[in-house]
Amino acid sequence: MTATASQTRAVRTYKAHSQPLWRRLLLTRETSVIALLVIVIAVALAVVPNFDSPLTVTYLLRDVAPILLIALPMTLIIITEEIDLSVASIVGLTSVMTGILTEAGWPFAAAGVTAILVGMVAGAINGFLITVVGLPSLAVTIGTLALFRGIAVGLLGTKAVTEFPEYWTDLAKDNIPGTPIPGIMVPFIVLAIAFGVLLHFTPFGRSLYAIGLNKEAAAFSGVDVGRTKFLLFLMSGTVSGFAGVYFTLLYSNARGDNATGMELSVIAAVLLGGVSIFGGRGALIGVIAGVLLIGTLGSALRLAGVTSDIINVITGVLLVLSVVSASFLAWLRRKRISAIGKKKGRSATSVDAP
Amino acid sequence: MFSHDRKRRPLGVALTALAMGAALVLTGCSAGNGGDGGGDEGGDGDNLAITFLPKNLGNPYFDTSNAGGEEAIEEFGGTFAEVGPSEASPTSQVSFIQTAAQQGVGGLVVSANDPEAICDALNEARDAGVKVVTFDSDTNPDCRDLFINQATAEGIAKSQVDLIAEQIGDAGQIAILSASANATNQNAWIELMEEDLAANHPNIELVETVYGDDDDQTSFDKTAALLQTYPELKGIISPTTVGIAAAARYLSTSEYKGKVALTGLGTPNQMREYVEDGTVTSFALWNPADLGYLAAYATKALIEGDITGEEGDSFDAGKLGEYEVGADGVVLLGDPFVFDADNIGDFDF
Repeated sequence: MTATASQTRAVRTYKAHSQPLWRRLLLTRETSVIALLVIVIAVALAVVPNFDSPLTVTYLLRDVAPILLIALPMTLIIITEEIDLSVASIVGLTSVMTGILTEAGWPFAAAGVTAILVGMVAGAINGFLITVVGLPSLAVTIGTLALFRGIAVGLLGTKAVTEFPEYWTDLAKDNIPGTPIPGIMVPFIVLAIAFGVLLHFTPFGRSLYAIGLNKEAAAFSGVDVGRTKFLLFLMSGTVSGFAGVYFTLLYSNARGDNATGMELSVIAAVLLGGVSIFGGRGALIGVIAGVLLIGTLGSALRLAGVTSDIINVITGVLLVLSVVSASFLAWLRRKRISAIGKKKGRSATSVDAP
Repeated sequence: MFSHDRKRRPLGVALTALAMGAALVLTGCSAGNGGDGGGDEGGDGDNLAITFLPKNLGNPYFDTSNAGGEEAIEEFGGTFAEVGPSEASPTSQVSFIQTAAQQGVGGLVVSANDPEAICDALNEARDAGVKVVTFDSDTNPDCRDLFINQATAEGIAKSQVDLIAEQIGDAGQIAILSASANATNQNAWIELMEEDLAANHPNIELVETVYGDDDDQTSFDKTAALLQTYPELKGIISPTTVGIAAAARYLSTSEYKGKVALTGLGTPNQMREYVEDGTVTSFALWNPADLGYLAAYATKALIEGDITGEEGDSFDAGKLGEYEVGADGVVLLGDPFVFDADNIGDFDF
């Protein structure tokens, strides 16, 4: 493999990249999502009354924080062409655990850490079924979506735990002093940097793209596909557990039906952020912009007095457009390349492949 | 190898198209709603922009109550707005409360999906100067200024006993068809009904209380069993909307139609055909339109500073008259509303 590669490099006649650097940086799906986010913010600032208040930033970031957090591991999972539908149920389960343990008199820190460990175990169950037993992640996590939610509701019934130490609920809600930015953004940014480095600057991260593009090829290239996927689901469970503890504190409320349906918001944002559902493509920055885009759009439209059904319709249309535009542009690009190929074929004899 | 394989997608066209689309949608929507969305009513005078936040939208019960609120707000010249989540989950109302606080509305009228989950958001809104009134379903008393209570347990129990006594001539055997055996509300009402019967209606004998578990089929079967066990039965009280509808369905197709009286708590849409075909003479529930109407006037009184939510405060509620604030900041709408053949056509919920 190495020998072939160096030989290729010695005789190749084409450039390392077919397009100049600025095009590669600017004309990506990530850039388009970020640009759209900037445009939405600018338009909202200009035309939506009260959007420019600092409260908007606080509320917006606080409410999307669980989605932002869970979107990090979800991005990695979808890049490997897998999916985790059980994340919201893990949020519900860990929320209930936090509540039950706090009610039983545990110190909150211990209850929170235990809940995160429960999330980790839930992720490990997913990972075990997917990698060791070898079942498809879609089927496994649909099952555990129901299973974890069922346990959560079963443990607490229809009641709710609502008494939490004020120190911790304040910690979850307070802003970073002197800014309108909620404190939860600190752990989020730490995690985002960690996941960003992991995905884009480590061999582990590169292997995720390899798995997503071609699992067999990745395995033959020395990637331990099973172990990699197991780790991803473990991370997903753990981060969902953390989000569950945060969610509990944010609303001072541990209930079995907390965060119902949130998995779809997370996946929608990841896909809007430019990650391909077929795996092998996507960047974390796009996903973060995608979450913020959906959140900002919702916030601006609510402020403008648009009803929730219409907001759902707009978010849905945006998502469909973004997926359709990706396929459409890929098709356009193939057409163009084949047209160029035909032209070259007519004007000159074919160049020998190295 | 893999990196060279990856396709890049120049998205200039899509970017522009998407951006244009979003911009159009945004401006379009805000242009259409600019009139009623904003809460700034100008400097002088009180900010009478009042937002109604039901448990969820598209619910006929809340459509009725919010229509009552809108009627009241139009009467005193405020601005009515209605927002709400599409599903009634515990935290789905939070973002709407936050939005109301950002808009700087004068008052927020909420039916809480969860007594605790929206508490902090409501208190943040109150800190931002929004008056918070709950109706239909309360939060913790320290998260709101007032609660508009649709009916007390005593009122509900008494009105049902009075209705059945009137329909069976104040004498004979009756039975109760309840929800589940451990339903808190129903058990409290049944206890009060038993007390009321013993004290004021000595000729009425309560023979049995059966439980239909708020399940249509179970309630239907229990009704059939009751009528076979007690051939002398003259009336049934069902203090649950599922039970009364199932019992009415059984009675309407049986030989007991018109002979055995049925009353309880029901909604007009469920009971309409049974009232029209003579199975049921009358039943009770509160009037959600009045509930919304009263909530709007209470919010107005709070905004204008006429009341602060203290016990003993009183305010004017338009066509409903004067109301007084009770303990814990609760305002009681009054006795349950009785629906019968004459007025059922006026309601749709």
